[in-house]
Amino acid sequence: MRTQTAGADDGLGPNTDIGSRLRALYGAVQDEGVPDQLLDLLEKLDSAEQQQKATSTPRDGE
Amino acid sequence: MTAEPTSFKREMLATLPSLRAFAVSLTGKHDKADDLVQDTVMKAWAKQTSFEMGTNIKAWLFTILRNEFYSQMRKRGREVQDTDGVFTERLSVHPPQYGSMDMQDFKKALDQLPDDQREAVILIGASGFSYEEAADICDCAVGTMKSRVSRARTRLQDILQIVGESEYGPDAVSSQVTTHNHSF
Repeated sequence: MRTQTAGADDGLGPNTDIGSRLRALYGAVQDEGVPDQLLDLLEKLDSAEQQQKATSTPRDGE
Repeated sequence: MTAEPTSFKREMLATLPSLRAFAVSLTGKHDKADDLVQDTVMKAWAKQTSFEMGTNIKAWLFTILRNEFYSQMRKRGREVQDTDGVFTERLSVHPPQYGSMDMQDFKKALDQLPDDQREAVILIGASGFSYEEAADICDCAVGTMKSRVSRARTRLQDILQIVGESEYGPDAVSSQVTTHNHSF
């Protein structure tokens, strides 16, 4: 049995009390935005990788 | 595709807010959640060759984060219990449709759920995963996921109802609810 539609038939759908409260809480954290330190980390990881790619043999293996 | 690494980064970026919200729900603290997300980002980055572009990066990242959380918990043991409860710290949400008391009650109710049920109801109800995806993330059967969600929902409804009727006061509620039986 595969019910792909999460939420619809399990009391967590758009019009349910619990579902909408859950999403309100969750959404409030989501809306805070991503802290700079995390964005910086991702930037660093990415640029380190770019650099590595540039210095090693450009795009062969893989 | 020349943009491969960049698009991996972009997809990660797009997932971070939700991943972070899940982390807050697991750790109960924003600072710990951010550390956890950071560890997850580094792990995921190191493992990115094992990720197939075009498949579900969100579920993949959630899986890594969750595994990381539980493995850190096992390592740290008791220290981990030091949380402020789910979504409590720093989170003064008062969505217009709910009064603030109402949301406080709900947060408390959520906090009283067994970990596996809380996690299940959040993944399905808030993160937007299907039962199949959530079961993969939590490494359990789809049926188990469904039953956790259904138990969580029933419990939440019960707690909220009691709080709503509330001549009983918080003691009646917590004594009814704090039967922490990890029965699976």
